[in-house]
Order: sequence, then structure tokens, then C-alpha cells
Amino acid sequence: MEQRPSALLRIAAPLKSLVQRFMYLGLIAAAFGLMLLGKVDAVLVDRVRAEVTDAFAPILEAISKPIATVSKGVQNFQELAVIRDENAKLKQQNARLMQWQTVARKLQSENAALQQLLGVVHDKSAKYVSARVIAGSGGAFSNMLIVNAGLNNGVHKGHAVVSDRGIIGRVSQVSNRSARVLLLTDINSRVPVLIESNRTRAIMAGGNTSRTKLIHLPPGARVTPSDRIVTSGHGGAFPPGLPVGVVASVTDGGINVQLFADYSRLEYVRIADFGLNGLVDMSVQRSSAKNKVGGKTRKK
Amino acid sequence: MNVAVWQKLDQMARAITPFGLSLFLVILSVVPTHIPGYAQIAPILALVSIYHWAIYRPNLLPPFAVFLLGLLQDLLMGTPVGLYILVFLTVYGIALSQRRFFAGKSFTVCWFGFAVISLVASVESWLLASAWNLALMDINAVTFQYLLSLGIFPIVAWIFLRWQQAFLQQD
Repeated sequence: MEQRPSALLRIAAPLKSLVQRFMYLGLIAAAFGLMLLGKVDAVLVDRVRAEVTDAFAPILEAISKPIATVSKGVQNFQELAVIRDENAKLKQQNARLMQWQTVARKLQSENAALQQLLGVVHDKSAKYVSARVIAGSGGAFSNMLIVNAGLNNGVHKGHAVVSDRGIIGRVSQVSNRSARVLLLTDINSRVPVLIESNRTRAIMAGGNTSRTKLIHLPPGARVTPSDRIVTSGHGGAFPPGLPVGVVASVTDGGINVQLFADYSRLEYVRIADFGLNGLVDMSVQRSSAKNKVGGKTRKK
Repeated sequence: MNVAVWQKLDQMARAITPFGLSLFLVILSVVPTHIPGYAQIAPILALVSIYHWAIYRPNLLPPFAVFLLGLLQDLLMGTPVGLYILVFLTVYGIALSQRRFFAGKSFTVCWFGFAVISLVASVESWLLASAWNLALMDINAVTFQYLLSLGIFPIVAWIFLRWQQAFLQQD
């Protein structure tokens, strides 16, 4: 009588562990399958990602608010210590900027007069949506943000995202209440840029590090550290002239760019609709949602 | 009878807390902290959670729950879908297989175990991300991410141990 349950147990226990082991292996296989699916049908995975992000947006919004408040408080406290130095520095800067303002006013009126003389076609003026960053600001393997504005607010895929200091990325996925921003530092980011002083074209490529690199420069191009980099507007993804960063170093390993935008401090960003749809058309044609910026193919 | 129902509900609520806490950590790890330089090396908090519950209460965190956590981490973080599922399942699998070794061992031994297992996890995530992007990822970020998660382990694990003593004592 007593042997029965133990005999059953003797069979059942290994069977249970076998099932569990198969389940474990099955889940690993499923994970590999999902990875492959992400390569094969990136559009589908992107859509699922956007929907899930949308579902979690309210939770992220709720959690990110107190954290932002605390960090702002800490920041205020830190700033209190250097307020005198900061003030002196700002006064100097203000004096310098006043001179620049005079120069800029003169150039502006001159520019307007010349443009009228030549009948220049103007770019459309941009429409802005301001949104709060509710998740992410880069990681070891991905560099993206989630913002709390989406289709409901007029945000669409391909719109440029700017902070107070310059461009930070572009909208890569969008759903009703949230949007995902691909940062310039992401390994999939490619932006057509210009070196402002000598108008040399280049492509700025991210590499999942804090600095980005300039690639595809024309032969014989001259680049020196502290050159300003702005968007070139080629490919129709971004309007020309948005500030990007400065050349930090020129070495054999490549040309590094220090971006103007400070990703760690971002709390609010502006999503700009410049009425350009070059990028979106391109992505529809190819239907591969490998994130290419400016329609340039990725270099391996 | 009414009491029995309440008891059952109470038990169920306690039983899902390991998953609930892990879920919270997944969400917390993607919330912006506004600390300069932190984002690039932000640790994957859920790793600690998965390691802990795989050792102490694996019946409350079954493999498919780990799968779901990894899926959500991938979807929210923007990493290739499948990357953190594989990493989480690896950590879970190794920790579960070494459960007997950790039983009754001191906190330091558990910490050391986490150091070894999360090293495997970091290398795995780096390899997977590099293979996916067909480019070598920045190794510095992963290294500092690993070190930071080692530093955070005692804090999270201590909270979990307390939680376990307070709410999950009966089984």
C-alpha cells in the first residue's frame, strides 16, 4: 500500500523535471526565434514595441515625475554653491553676446535684403510639440528616449527632436500617446552633416558611445578640432543648419564629435515638424525598418 | 468559508510578489535618472531579482515569468527583442542549477555567486548585441554596467531578503 505513491512519485518527479527542462529549453529557443523575427520582420517588432511602450507610458510617466523632481532639487542645491562664479561668468558672456547681437542684427537685415533681391525660396517654418522624457536616456546597447507625446499630439515618424542646445535625434517609432526617439549616439543613427566653416559634407555616425564619428568625408577634406558641425539637410530628413556639435578630436582612428546636447540632463524635448517627409517616404519604399537616418545605407 | 477565501487571496497576493517586484525593477531601470553619465552604464536591476528568487523561491518565479520580464526589458529599453530574454534565462538557469550550493550559505557567498553569474550575463549580452549589430559594442560601457550592478546587488538583495522574511515565510 505504501509503495504505490512512492512509485508514482519516482516516475512523476523526473517527468516533472523533464517537462520543466523542456520548457526552459523551449523558452530559450523562443527567445532566439524572436531575435530572428526582429531581423526578418523589423516592422512587426517595431509595431509591437510601440504598442507595449504605449501601454506602459502612464506608469513610466508616474514614476519619472518624482525622480525628476528629486534630481532637480539636488541640482538646485549643487548650483547654489557655484552661484557667484556662475554669475560672474554670465556677465562676461552677456557682454560678449551683446556685441554679437549687434553683428547678428546687421547681418540679418543684410541677409533679408539680399534674399529679397535674389528671390530666395524659403524653407517652411517648423511646428513644435514639447514633450517630457519618460524613459531611457541611453544604455549600453541602445540609445533612445521615450517621450509622452504621440500620434494624438501630431508627432510622426521621422520628425526631428531638438533640445535647447541642438538636435538630439529623430522619432523612430510612434503610437498614440508615446513616441520613441533614436538618439544621435545610437549605433543605427546616420545623419548627413556639414562642417560649418568650410561646408564640407560628411555623415555623422553613432556608435553607442557618448561621442559620434564623422564618416564618408570627401578626399582631402580639412577638419580641425573645435569646428562646428550642423545638419546639412541632405536626404530630406532634417532641415539644414540645426546645431549638432563640435569636432572634439581628429585622430587616425576617426573624427570624434562632441554633441551640444547633454543627454543626461534632458527633461523636456521639442519635437519639430519641418514639413519634410523624405525620410518617411524612403522607409516606406524599403519597408525594412533598420533605422537609417537620412536614407543613407548603413556601413558595416 | 469566507475566511478560507481571504486566506487563499492573501496567499496568492504574497506568491506573486517576486514577479511583481521584478517587474517593478524592469520598469525602474528605464526611468531617466538625470545623473550625468549614469544612463550609459545603468545596471540591469532585474538581474539581481531573478538571481535572488531563482535561489530562494524558484517556484514563485517560473521560467515563463522570467521570459516575460526579459521581453518587457527588451521592448522598453529598445534593445533587440530576445537579447535580455536570453540573458535573464541564462542567469535563471545557472542560479537554479547551483541552488543546492547556495542553500544556507552566507550573504558574501551569494554576492560572489552573483559576481560570477552576472559576468557571464554581461559577456553574453555583449556578444549578442555585437552579433545583432554586426559591429563590436563599446566594451567600457558593459564593464562599468557590470561593476555598478555588483555594487547595487547588496542593496536590492537585502530588501528582497527582508521581504521574504516578512511575507513569504510560510512556504
